[in-house]
Amino acid sequence: MNNEYITITIDDQEIKARPGEFIVAAARRNGIYIPTLCNMPGVHPAGSCRICTVYVNGRPMTSCTTPVAEGMEIETRSPDLEDFRRSVVELLFVEGNHFCPACEKSGNCELQALGYRLEMMAPRYPYQFPERDIDASWPKLIKDHNRCVLCKRCIRTILDEEGHHIFAFRYRGHNLQITIDPEYGKNLTDELAEKAAKNCPVGSLLYRGKHGFETPIGQRKYDKEPIGSDVEKLKKAKVS
Amino acid sequence: MDTKWIEKIVDRYGRDKTRLMDILIEIQQEKGYIPSDTLPVIARMTGISQAWVEQTVSFYHFFRREPSGRYAVFLNNSVVANMMGRDKVARTFEEETGCQFGEVSEDGLIGLFDTSCIGMSDQEPAALINGKVFTRLTPFRVREIVRNMRAGKPVEELSTSGYGGGSNALPLIRAEVRNNIQRKGPLLEENYETGTVLREKLRLLTPEEVIWEVKLSELRGRGGAGFPTGLKWEFCRRAKGEKKYIFCNADEGEPGTFKDRVLLTEYPGLVFEGMALAAYAAGASEGILYIRYEYKYLERYLNHVLEEMRKNNLLGKNIAGIEGFDFDIRLQYGAGAYVCGEESALLESAEGKRGEPRFKPPFPVEKGYLGRPTIINNVETLCAAVKILYFGSEWYRTMGTENSKGTKVLSISGDCRYPGIYELEWGYTVNDILDMAGADDVQAVQVGGPSGTLISPEEFSRIICYKDLATGGSFIIFNNRRDILRDVVHNFMEFFIEESCGSCVPCRNMPWLLKQKLEKILSGHGVWKDLEDLEKWPEIMKINRCGLGQTAANPVITSLRNFRALYEEKIQKGRCFDEGFDLEKAVEESCEVVGRIPLI
Repeated sequence: MNNEYITITIDDQEIKARPGEFIVAAARRNGIYIPTLCNMPGVHPAGSCRICTVYVNGRPMTSCTTPVAEGMEIETRSPDLEDFRRSVVELLFVEGNHFCPACEKSGNCELQALGYRLEMMAPRYPYQFPERDIDASWPKLIKDHNRCVLCKRCIRTILDEEGHHIFAFRYRGHNLQITIDPEYGKNLTDELAEKAAKNCPVGSLLYRGKHGFETPIGQRKYDKEPIGSDVEKLKKAKVS
Repeated sequence: MDTKWIEKIVDRYGRDKTRLMDILIEIQQEKGYIPSDTLPVIARMTGISQAWVEQTVSFYHFFRREPSGRYAVFLNNSVVANMMGRDKVARTFEEETGCQFGEVSEDGLIGLFDTSCIGMSDQEPAALINGKVFTRLTPFRVREIVRNMRAGKPVEELSTSGYGGGSNALPLIRAEVRNNIQRKGPLLEENYETGTVLREKLRLLTPEEVIWEVKLSELRGRGGAGFPTGLKWEFCRRAKGEKKYIFCNADEGEPGTFKDRVLLTEYPGLVFEGMALAAYAAGASEGILYIRYEYKYLERYLNHVLEEMRKNNLLGKNIAGIEGFDFDIRLQYGAGAYVCGEESALLESAEGKRGEPRFKPPFPVEKGYLGRPTIINNVETLCAAVKILYFGSEWYRTMGTENSKGTKVLSISGDCRYPGIYELEWGYTVNDILDMAGADDVQAVQVGGPSGTLISPEEFSRIICYKDLATGGSFIIFNNRRDILRDVVHNFMEFFIEESCGSCVPCRNMPWLLKQKLEKILSGHGVWKDLEDLEKWPEIMKINRCGLGQTAANPVITSLRNFRALYEEKIQKGRCFDEGFDLEKAVEESCEVVGRIPLI
């Protein structure tokens, strides 16, 4: 059954999707970019940033968590959806303390890249300037809560061989934050620490084993082309 | 450190990480808080990381990380509590103990804490002290209670107010809580002996016929969402899975509701029978009553009722002599989190995790508790299902309106002479209900709790039913002396800020931003633009994952729609403030001078 396809419609365009795959993945394979932040291809979705929200048969659903179904009609680009997306990015910018010029992730940061891609000017919301800590007590990692967007990527992807979670949430609501397990954090391997930093979409988790500015700002991934370009190239390749 | 006592507790739950809530509740009860050195022990024994244990601990309001006093006072801070004089009660507590709310007295004897609605809106101000409920508090009683604390009396002897009526006076409950049943309908009428449907009806009916009967009755979920009950049971019956579960959702946390408290106090057998009925229909073998921590005082009694039902063969093996009908029920307590009333968050919590709603699909009927098909029904829904099977769907359908059949139990509180629970056929107008409850001079009614709608007298002819004013039952009345924005809307926004799980970006941030705006307006610094923002900003709430997030801006949305004049009279008018920065305009002149065409 795996090589059978079903048909869905995304923005008036019929595309073939694999049964069981999530909308965002089906769209990507067909060169349609739906902005995402908490999502990581191949990792169980969290559905928490809400940026990838689309209308599925008229209802708002996160495309990273909703599996395709035959005949689904999906709308990804209405003005209100675009505004919700920008609004989410703005909310994240005012919620934390994101000083891009001083951040070693600048140019590789997905939040920053989304800000550009979604044409965010100044956030419409007032900056909250919360007092947040930098936790530099770990041998392999630095954790900067100022920049955290609570996407759960570290929670979902950094586990030891026995399946123990090294990262977790603490508290709830407005006070939500990421914590590192005292035992596993101390003994974190270079491999996992590097992976955690790599998976972090922002500069909240930094790996101590590398120099952060080896690639100068200006020559980094999203300095060269907007986020989502890799997906959209697929489409151009198909057309030409 | 002696860790034996912790090990004993963890062992009692089979070192099962999905029973983390029970483990933590026991530790909390034993020590009054969750000491840090218990976390590594629990982690090691259950096979999860310490951070993962703390993730659950720190999510729930009643799990304390610090000693919280030999007597831990949790005083409700809901809107109705405030209306009924909470402020004076709170100040008396502070004067008598010498500490502020959020603190523990220097001698470690008394801790004072705020807590969201504890389900006593018909008898506020109310507090939980070491899990025991104290209602109708006054400064006089607070002085008496604190005096008794200082004398070292057990929590049972702190009060001299006597016990409430009905089962509240039973030795297994002994609570001063009153039932306040103001109006009985077919659900609350004592014309039924627990177990009759199981004993007499089920023998004659196949599970499919039970589902059919419930479907015919057009019963819909009474928790608020209103999903057709028969359909839910059918989905679960059809779902593939060797083991299926029936959950009863008794996590009523919507401020202003308390009907499930009364149902569980006076009709627990009916609730449990409803669960068994659902189990028969769906082919489930295990039932869990997920009940809020605030109702811990009912625990011994509910367990006793379950024990009696087992003795009477209404639970256990071959129930009522029906071969192969095996089903049993246990209680699962929460630990203080409104969001756990959302069914998938409830499941997460029951599995020992933080109460974060799941995304759907898959729905619980396909993949619920421990990944297995699960029905989650409200307390009232299950009671109604039993009566439907007994009296028949025809009978049930004679009550209510065209689109809403049967009755609804309302929890009525606030400014009225007769607060309490009212069982009414669907279809009464708000005016009828205000008349019934003895409410005069009414300025506004909050229908459905903070997540519902605030309506003005212009809408009092609207009808309580699924098509017009749908409600899970909370009905809070405000008279003309109340300051709607300050007393009501602001309180509700604080509630949603406190109770968001924090997962979705809009729900984590927007209520906070709306509260700031509201405070700006209340302080007299608001401008027209602030009202526009209050109208526009909440639109994004509809993309949140769960019902809490989607409705968390409703207090602002509905009050602005129905009480706009209250906002307008508070803002600065006829004055021009800097309302933002127009880039285009700012560079217009310089562009002209240098002959540049702006990109934007």
